[in-house]
Order: sequence, then C-alpha cells, then structure tokens
Amino acid sequence: MSLTPIDIQRIAQLAQLRLDEPTSARMLTQINGFFDIVEQMRAVDTTGVDPLAHPVAAMQDIQLRLRDDVVSEPNQREANQKSAPAVERGLFLVPKVIE
Amino acid sequence: MSKNSKLVQGYEVVIGFETHAQLSTKSKIFSRASTAFGAEPNTQACAVDLALPGTLPVMNKGAVERAIQFGLAVGSHVAERSIFARKNYFYPDLPKGYQISQFEIPVVQGGSVEFFLGEEKMSVRLVRAHLEEDAGKSLHEDFIGQSGIDLNRAGTPLLEIVTEPDMRSSLEAVAYAKELHKIVTWIGICDGNMQEGSFRCDANVSVRKPGEPLGTRREIKNLNSFKFMQQAIDFEIRWQIEEIEDGRKIQQATVLFDPDTGETRAMRTKEDAADYRYFPDPDLPPLCISREWVASVQADMPELPRLMAARFVADYGLPEYDATTLTQSKAMGSYFEATAKACGQPKLASNWIMGELSRRLNMGDSAIENSPVSAHQLGALISRIADGMVSNNAARQVFDALWTGDGKDVDAVIEAKGLRQMNDSGALEKIVDEVLAANAKNVEEYRAGKDKAFNALVGQIMKASKGKANPAQVNELLKARLTTAG
Amino acid sequence: MNQAMNKDLHDLSVLALSAHLRDKKISAVEAAQHFLTRSRAHSQLGAYLAMNEDVTLAQARAADARLAAGTGGTLEGVPMAHKDIFVTKDFPTTAGSKILEGYNSPFDSTVVANFQREGVVCLGKLNCDEFAMGSSNENSAYAPARNPWDTSRIPGGSSGGSAVAVAARLAPAVTGTDTGGSIRQPASFCGITGIKPTYGRASRYGMVAFASSLDQAGPMARSAEDCALLLSAMCGPDLDRDSTSLDMPAEDFSRSLTQSVDGLRIGVPKEFFGDGLSADVRAAIDNALKEYEKLGAKLVPIELPRTELSIPVYYIIAPAEASSNLSRFDGVKFGHRSKNYRDLSEMYRESRTEGFGDEVKRRIMIGAYVLSHGYYDAYYLQAQKIRRMIADDFQQAFKVCDVIAGPVAPTVAWHLGDHGNDPLADYLADIFTLPASLAGLPGMSVPVGLGEGGMPVGMQLIGNYFSEAKLLGAAHQLQLATDWHLAKPATV
Repeated sequence: MSLTPIDIQRIAQLAQLRLDEPTSARMLTQINGFFDIVEQMRAVDTTGVDPLAHPVAAMQDIQLRLRDDVVSEPNQREANQKSAPAVERGLFLVPKVIE
Repeated sequence: MSKNSKLVQGYEVVIGFETHAQLSTKSKIFSRASTAFGAEPNTQACAVDLALPGTLPVMNKGAVERAIQFGLAVGSHVAERSIFARKNYFYPDLPKGYQISQFEIPVVQGGSVEFFLGEEKMSVRLVRAHLEEDAGKSLHEDFIGQSGIDLNRAGTPLLEIVTEPDMRSSLEAVAYAKELHKIVTWIGICDGNMQEGSFRCDANVSVRKPGEPLGTRREIKNLNSFKFMQQAIDFEIRWQIEEIEDGRKIQQATVLFDPDTGETRAMRTKEDAADYRYFPDPDLPPLCISREWVASVQADMPELPRLMAARFVADYGLPEYDATTLTQSKAMGSYFEATAKACGQPKLASNWIMGELSRRLNMGDSAIENSPVSAHQLGALISRIADGMVSNNAARQVFDALWTGDGKDVDAVIEAKGLRQMNDSGALEKIVDEVLAANAKNVEEYRAGKDKAFNALVGQIMKASKGKANPAQVNELLKARLTTAG
Repeated sequence: MNQAMNKDLHDLSVLALSAHLRDKKISAVEAAQHFLTRSRAHSQLGAYLAMNEDVTLAQARAADARLAAGTGGTLEGVPMAHKDIFVTKDFPTTAGSKILEGYNSPFDSTVVANFQREGVVCLGKLNCDEFAMGSSNENSAYAPARNPWDTSRIPGGSSGGSAVAVAARLAPAVTGTDTGGSIRQPASFCGITGIKPTYGRASRYGMVAFASSLDQAGPMARSAEDCALLLSAMCGPDLDRDSTSLDMPAEDFSRSLTQSVDGLRIGVPKEFFGDGLSADVRAAIDNALKEYEKLGAKLVPIELPRTELSIPVYYIIAPAEASSNLSRFDGVKFGHRSKNYRDLSEMYRESRTEGFGDEVKRRIMIGAYVLSHGYYDAYYLQAQKIRRMIADDFQQAFKVCDVIAGPVAPTVAWHLGDHGNDPLADYLADIFTLPASLAGLPGMSVPVGLGEGGMPVGMQLIGNYFSEAKLLGAAHQLQLATDWHLAKPATV
C-alpha cells in the first residue's frame, strides 16, 4: 500500500510541519519508495512473538528502576532559561493560548 | 450500576468520571524537583521538567506506592507489570510534546467506590487508575496578546481514576466525587485541595431515552468544586436534552464550565490533536510490582471509612446513620472511639459528637482535630450523665465551661458550679413533703385520676430543688407518698 | 619538549600520550595547543562545529596542575573532542541542527562528565548529521565533513566529524554515538577503530535523543587498545539519570587485550557476503579473516536470516521514536523560534519547518505515520516483533561462535552528492550495521586495508551482550599482527 498526498498533509499537521507543494510531492515519492521495502516486513508471520521494546530484554529480565521520593533539584531557572526565545518575569512567553 | 435511575424529561442521564488526583509526593514523578505549590514561576521546573535536550525520566517510588495504596483501598487489581506510554500532542504547557502516561496496561485495574445516597447504597465501578505526569500552566493575564508558561506543575505525579458510566444523576455524581475525595485524603495519597487543583474532576455526560444505546457524550473539564460540579452537570443535562428536543445532534466535545454564567462552552483547542500516537515509552522499562510489596503496603494501610463504619455498627451497636456520620474523617472516627471507650456509652458519645460538639465546631468552623474539648473530657462528662451525677441540662453547662476553658476537670466544674444532682433522699423527701403540703389541690386531682396533676407536682419539686433533684428519684418518691398515707 | 616529539605528538596513541603527560615529557597545555593548531589548519575538513581556545586551555592548565600534584585521573591531560550530540556546559550544542543553533546546555552529559572526571581536556564539538540522522554527514545543517583520505568523498555518518578528527590526527580520540551504525560506518570509511557497546553500557543522559531504544555512545580512536581504555572511562551505571542504564559495575575493558585468539570461534554470516557486497570490500574482509585463521581462530559459517528485514524494521522503529523525541523542539523553551507567525500553531509549524532539515523532516513524517491511528499494529508493533526475532537469531548464532565478523558497509566511502536525492540509497547502505543495533549488541569496526580508490575498509566485529572486552581483545590481537590500523591519509 502507498501513501496519498492527503496522508502527507495529515501527518505534516500532526508533526507540526509545513510542506509546500514541491516538498510535499518529493516527500510523497521518497516515503512511498521506502514503504515499498516495508512490504516484505509486513508479510512476515509474527504470531505469538513478543514485541521487543527494550533491546536488553532479549537477554535478561528488565524492570523499571524506582528512585526514592527525595527533592534534590535546586532552582536553576536562570541557567535553564538562558537559551529561551522569549521570557518575561520568569515565564516562557508564547502567542496567546486560546481555550 | 445504580438502581435510582430517575428520568429527566423522559431522558436517562449517563455520567462517567475521570478524576486527576495529584499524589502527595515531595518530588515529581520523573524528576527530583519539588512539587510544592505556589513557588515563583519556573523555579521548580528542572532540566528534566523543561524537557531540555538530553534529559531522561527516572520514576519516583513514592508515586507507585500511592497508586498501590489506592488500588487496595478500592479493591482493584494492582498489576504485576504495567507500561508507560507516550501520548503525543503539541501544547505549550507540555514541554516534551508528549505526556508520559499509561495506556494499554495501567497499574490499577478494576475496583469500585461505594457510598450512600440518602438511604440507598451506591456502587460505582472503576475501569482503571493510571499514573501520569501533570502539565504546566498557561497564564493569560497581563501579557498583551501572549500567554506566559509556568512549568512548576509540569511533572507532578497524577493518578487518573476512570469510572464506568455508572452514574444516573448529578446528585449521584457529586456523591461519588465526595466519596472518592474522602478515600484519597483518608489514605493520604492526595491533599484533596480542589482550589489548588490537587483533585480535578472531568465528567462525561450524555443522555438517552431509556433502553436506547448510549448517547454522544460531552466531557466537562476541570470541575474544581463540588458546588460547580452539580451546577455544571445539571446545566449540561438540560442543554443536551434541549438540543435533542430541537432535533439537533450532540457533537462529541470537551467543554468548560463558567461559574460566572453557570454555563458550559466547548473548548476551542486540542480538537485537532485527536491522534495521540500512543506507544510504549522507550526511556522507561516495564513497571513491575512484586506481590511482597503489595502485601507490605497492605499491612500499613489505615482502616478505611467503610470498614470503620461497619465496625462501629457491630462493636458499638450504632445505627448506620451514626456510623456513617462519625466516619466522615479519620479524626472524627478516632475521636468517637476515644470518647466511647472513656465512658462506655457509645450511643451517648455519638449523640454528643454529632450534636453539641459538631454544632460548636461548625459555628467556629474548626476541625475536630483541634476541638477545645478532648475526647477524654467528653467521655468523663458522659459518664457523669450516665451515673446520674448531672442532668443533661447541667451537662451542657459543664461542656460549655470545658469549651471556653473555664474548667478542665469535669468533676471540678460540676462541684464549682454546684450542678450535682441531689441524690440524698432525706433532703429530697423533705422537699417532696413540703410540695405535697403546699399543693393539696393537685394531690386530690391526682387521686381523682388526673395524671397531669402528677407531672405538675414533679415540676414543683424539681423547681424547689433548683433542678438538682434526680427526676427518676422524684417520680419514685412521689408515687410512694401518693399511694400510701391518705 | 623536543621537536621530534612535537612533530609526532599527533601520531601518539592515547596510551602513549597519557604516559608522556604523566612523565611530564609534555604538558597538557602543549598537547591541547598542538591539536588546536592542527584542527584550525585543517578546518576545510569540516570536522569541528565548535572550538573555544580559552576554555580548552583553561581545562589543560587545570590538568597540568593535577598532574603536578600527582592527583590526575587515568586520562589526565589527554585532549579529546565530542560529537555535537553530547550536551556540554562549556561549548554550545547543536546536534548538527539549525533548530539548536547557539543552544547552551546548563549541564554536561554523563559521558562528557565521566571523561572530565578522568582528566580529559575538551578540544571542541564535532560535526555530525542532523540529530545523528544520516550515513554521510551531508545532513549536517552547517557543513558536510570531508573524508581526509579523499576530500571529495564523504566520511560516513552520523559521527562523520568524529571519524575525520581521528583519521586526520586533529584529536587522538573522540566520542561518537551509534543508533544504526553511526560509529562503526564512519570508522570504517575513515580507517579508524570504533566501538558501540551493549545498549545501556554508556549513559544516554545528555545525549540529544534520536531513537531512545537504539542510541548508544562509544569511543573512536586509532586502535582497539585505546578504545578499551576510553570505553572503561566513559561507561558505568547512571542509575539516577538514565532508566535504561545497565546496573552493572564499571569494567576494565582492557582486561582481555592480551588474550590470544587461538581457538576463538568467529561466526561468518552468509547474509553479510551476498551480491550487495562490493568485490574490494569482500577481498579485504576475506584477507582479515585469513589473518585470524593464522592466529588460530576458527571460522564458523552462521546464518542471520533476517538481515535484510532489519532495514524496514529499523527505519520504522527509529523514526517512530525520533518523531516523538523531536516534539520538544517547538520554539517555546529553547532553540529556534520563527519570526513569521500570527498564532501559536503557526509558531510551532514555522519554527519546526525552518529549523529541521529534509532528512529529519522525512523521518519525523515516517515516524508520525507508522504510529498514527490505524497503522500502529501493522507497522510499529510488527517491527518490534521482528526486532525480537532478529535478536533471537543472534542468540542462535552465539551458540556456535564467540564473535561474529563481516563487513561494516557494502562499499567504501562514496563521493559527496552521490546519493543526492535518494535517501533510500543511504538506508540500504546501513544493512550490515542495523541488525546488531536492533538487538542492542556491542559491535565495532576495525581497519582491514584499503579498497577502491585507496579508501579504507572496516571489518565489523559483533559480540554477545556484555562481551566488549572479548571483542576488543580479538581486535587488538589482529592489530598486533597487522598494521592496517596504522595506515593514514597521504595528506596527514
């Protein structure tokens, strides 16, 4: 199966990207080129196979490590905001959020 | 499922709840920044909370522990293995562009919340409760055409508690919310402060003709007071019924309640972000909870309100109503037990706590934890009523003295105020004789069969004894005197 | 310091260099200055994205003080440069992207901090494909890095600048990151030695994330011996910062260097030697395998039947994770914010559209698509299942062999622009490095001679989980017996 220009527009919106016509067209060809080789993968019978989300789980049981509930992060606002595009009174400024 | 399905204009109301309870941890769910409320903007948003490049989440054990406690409190299954997933959408208060939540396999599965609606016992089934991170806040004030983003709240641990659509009225919905609020604060996993957003309810409301499939629901977001909750749901119900009656279809939507207008309105944002592209978070291996851990949490769990109430009925012979009232809070429950133990008069203790004590507390709207009259003092006072040393009226005066601090020791107060009932029969006989002599008329009337006359005499005697006579004793003596001699 | 020393300084191994530093034959400042000078002189290679002489020399002076006081670490005074994927306090971090231009991290990545703890002096930040997405370094938003063996050719990617710096002697050693081959392939193309350890060995904290379940840091140098030394310094549990960091004590990866390969069973996967493999590369690999046989190793034919499938599997999983990891670049908290917007969603869209390059956008699109409603099971989930099968295939293979050997890439380095507008060509060229990445296994690239156009060929060695020491030992034994790893570009 291959993607349509509508798919491309839908995904671009999800991903917050603006693709002009030529880019969108190029993207469509390239992505569909890739999905041709994806077909062989879809054909594989994987019934009863556990997905492998964490590589080392293939070797040993892994489980989430839990840390104690302790506060140890000092206020680093100045350092943390030194690369911020727009800050006022310690707040990150953005175009008005409408709810 | 509730049995009290009362129809509104021929429609059945269907309500389900999603509640976000902020967990009472010191640090955030995936970072070591503080969760304290009210700090200067972004002073408690560390590199991880801000999603600075290269940062990674590390799970807070305290948050998991609280999820386990909740699961045990509502009879859920605590999953041996649950998965954290990413919910992807763009929003300025969501620093990573995704929220770490749980999707396919939540940590708490099933369970139910039970409560009384008037006399009727209700049970609302839970679908699940899952751990996730809170978002930051957008401040819209005084930034011309712009919003200010404060990410202090970002990463605060939340337990999202989801019910089945089991509720059939706004009353039932509010009762559920109050019971849930009682549970999370009782076991101490959430401070329950609704003004500060520690306990936020979203209500999914729909209406249908009886027997029809579920109608399209609209979700009322962030109901942060029980009062607004009822108003919002009632408004939403009326609005939906009108729409349908006017031949319009209900569109699924997320709506906000405006306390000023008392109306709900559809939100304008997040509508296009419907496709969240959930997938297991590769930064976080599966959350595994050993049965040993669950057992040890169970061992440390406080007695839950429902069980405590049942025990009050069984052990102290209290009526359901008293037991439920006395388990509104853990403090009240233990105050009652202390009092009952001190005086061995559970029902009297219950009456005094639900009556005089509650009345006084409400007047100064202070909590029972800091009642000026201790359970021990109240117990002592009730003992004195029981053994007949003071009458109920006198006891109220004693209580008042204890409350205002005029006195500390019950017996001392009784003596000081001379409230002891007159139990020495000699003195009483004397008074009785005097009264009989002075009221020959009543005596005759009584003998003529007028019972009223008897009461009149009792009244006279009590008056003469300045209220100190023991009414029972007076009756006894008087009867004896009137039947003999004459 | 004598002239000969000065002239040859850049040819010294890390081991020799740190010995000279400890013996005060040279100072950390002299070493740093020497490499800074060389790096500036060869700036046309595009190896570096950021240098700061003041910062570097300040670090060098501090190192000299510790050397004088005898309190130095295992790598005290050794100059190194880091791939620009590692965030650093003292240098800007861009990840090769315009969207992070001028970004200053308030903290150091764990790997960088670990090297600092051992006394390493930082020369600067190295060029790479944008967000480590690419196999040629042509996806860098700043400048393509050039292969010192032939500057008309690509150095490989994504750790292209890293490989160039080592090959051109602009740094004695560097860090790289490997998601689908980004250490092994450029090491192969530039004739140096590099290793990607078992997933979870090196902390990912402070690595700008590309694909979280695949990203892994590793050292790149000129010999296996140096790599062992560096790997020991950079690895170790980071339990407080990275939930996927392995809870295993730090190791001395040099411990097996002297172990003979006599009797070592080397698995040779037939799928790695198919038609796709160019003749010159095949010849070099066969040659190296013969060397191993001379050293007493046994070649065992094995099968990795899903090698070809690893391309679609990888190029679904990695973009899926990347599409989510790169959502934080929205112009709100850091990074590029467009000037052309009227509202919030335009600010998002324009900032990201201006800030990301084509390949990054392509992968974000693929990733968002395979995770989107109705496609998740067919693509992402299916890929994760086949990923399990691929990992199991390796476990089967390791029942009959100790290490696996084969080519790193089907060809030697190609010319800039060769793959032009055909990203698929790049994807297909990753075929031999992707399987180990998907399984999370350690893998390395070892120089084994020259191929077409006199360009270096690398042999890939893949070990089982946690067997880095064994891998490095096998590579070192080969490098004791041969001098392929000593070959250097004519221009150097």
